[in-house]
Amino acid sequence: METVLAVLIGVLVATSVYLMLARSILRFVFGLVLLSNAANLVIFAAGRLTRSEPALIPPGLSAPAQSVANSLPQALVLTAIVIGFGLLAFALALVFRGYQVLGTLNTDQMRIAEPIEDSKTGAQPSQEADAR
Amino acid sequence: MSWLLALPIILPFITAIVVFLLRKNGPLSRWISVAGCAALLAVAIALLVEVLIHGVITGQMGDWPAPFGITLVADLLSAVMVVITAITGLAVAVYATADIDERREGLGYHALFQVLLAGVCGAFVTGDLFNLYVWFEVMLIASFGLLVLGGTKAQLDGGIKYVALNLVSTVLFLSGIGMLYGMTGTLNLADLHLAVGQVENQGLLTVVAVLFIVAFGIKAAVFPLFFWLPASYHTPSVAVSAVFAGLLTKVGVYALIRMFTLVFTHDTAYTHELLLVIAALTMITGVLGAAAQNEFRKILSFHIVSQIGYMVLGLALFTPLAIAGAVFYLVHHIIVKANLFLVSGVAKRVTGSFELSAMGGLYKSSPLLAIIFLIPAFSLAGFPPLSGFWAKYLLVKASLDIGAYVIAATALVVGLLTVFSMTKIWAEAFWKPSPTVEAPTLGLISNTDRLVLVLPISALAILTIIIGLFPEPFVAFAERAAGQLLNPATYVEAVLGVSP
Repeated sequence: METVLAVLIGVLVATSVYLMLARSILRFVFGLVLLSNAANLVIFAAGRLTRSEPALIPPGLSAPAQSVANSLPQALVLTAIVIGFGLLAFALALVFRGYQVLGTLNTDQMRIAEPIEDSKTGAQPSQEADAR
Repeated sequence: MSWLLALPIILPFITAIVVFLLRKNGPLSRWISVAGCAALLAVAIALLVEVLIHGVITGQMGDWPAPFGITLVADLLSAVMVVITAITGLAVAVYATADIDERREGLGYHALFQVLLAGVCGAFVTGDLFNLYVWFEVMLIASFGLLVLGGTKAQLDGGIKYVALNLVSTVLFLSGIGMLYGMTGTLNLADLHLAVGQVENQGLLTVVAVLFIVAFGIKAAVFPLFFWLPASYHTPSVAVSAVFAGLLTKVGVYALIRMFTLVFTHDTAYTHELLLVIAALTMITGVLGAAAQNEFRKILSFHIVSQIGYMVLGLALFTPLAIAGAVFYLVHHIIVKANLFLVSGVAKRVTGSFELSAMGGLYKSSPLLAIIFLIPAFSLAGFPPLSGFWAKYLLVKASLDIGAYVIAATALVVGLLTVFSMTKIWAEAFWKPSPTVEAPTLGLISNTDRLVLVLPISALAILTIIIGLFPEPFVAFAERAAGQLLNPATYVEAVLGVSP
């Protein structure tokens, strides 16, 4: 089971890296979604995987009867999913707003904050109008 | 006792809720935000005094005993970082009363700012790795909001780059936590200190350690992971970029120091050597980047990167004196850097621009501002008798003590190059004649605005001078903090109640 999960995580990370290397910022966000899911699976696998064994302690005992999966990482994954969801929702909204305002998804054309300088004078196009 | 530990987190959250509800009432929410920061400073000082008297103090949240529950811990480093956060917070909150317009206040600037402070304080006092992740997220989401608040083109452009790279760092941090937990079965930092020694596969532990270096390295903006910082820090309002410049990257440095003195000390020959190389390259690329810029805040942004190198250098050398130097540097740098950004904002108010070519004549028209700029600028470059001199002195001496001559020379040369770009700002913005016909003066700003803009920058400048003229107690404090960091037994005993 761990092997299958390890391969899956590997595929997810590889796909996300491929997506994140793209010039389009939207593809980057999709890559980020996959990467954050891969991280969640890493934590999930860290708790060891056992099938069909409830992580419950029978009455009268102080420890589970058989070896069971650690439930703490599953709680951590839940937290991580919630936080990740919030962050990705923000990222998507930001990319959408950026597309509306900047008119492009191509990161090569996003040079408003770091304009290409005129090498002779060192002067930069003014963007002070809306700086405050 | 544990209330004192939780208050630096709870207090900003309460303030955040109040100012959020009052966000339509500009003046009231402004001053509540300032009052919240003043209260935070009082709590932080009480915490520091408590730690100075009683040593490391701990609190188990919800009374779950360590290592099962979430532990809050304050040792000297944590406590002083909380104090410095509160000082920066207060200075910026006062400054923001004149800097942030009504529209941004209505959008919730003050609430986001307070949440940011809560996140930063939380990251400093937590003793639990997953909890550290949560505080990083609190801090991150608030900083996202602050960065794009107002929604100008440049802000969105810089914001996208900032958000994208910081989210990658978050995911790497999370994966690192997962793997570390899989190997050790604990998330409590003190317990991790004991558990890493028993991990069979020490090589894998080093792999995870490097994962943490990359994750915190992106947050701290070290070479070659810093590109989000100069892309975004010059875009938001001055009050926002000042608090970012002062605090955010330093949380990354703090996390590096904490993890690489307490947990990952199994293979210092590899991990700390790697940090040393990173530190040298960070110092050099940062300062060279700054030399190529012609915009006030962009120059300062690149200097943040360069200065981060010094702090990582202290950690990488890993001797008592070097760690003390890193702690001293952290404190000095936060004050100076936040101050320089605030000064750049006043200069912008007076001359109407951040572009050096469009500025000028400030020395003639506003000598007070010129002096207030000179103090942090020369402190940053390491001139005696200002605070930066002692910080650099400690680090250079630490490198010479262990025979690391190349790194000592690098640190000195980078200091020299820092003077170069500070001189550039000085010559362009302050000394050369004003390009406009009528020379701008501080008098153009209304009286109340001038007071709240100049008050925080003067206070921070005075603090820089005090640290510079009377460095002895501060150095002694840094050495005590370094002693605690290099001898984690007291930390572990305070958290777990047993001596290792």
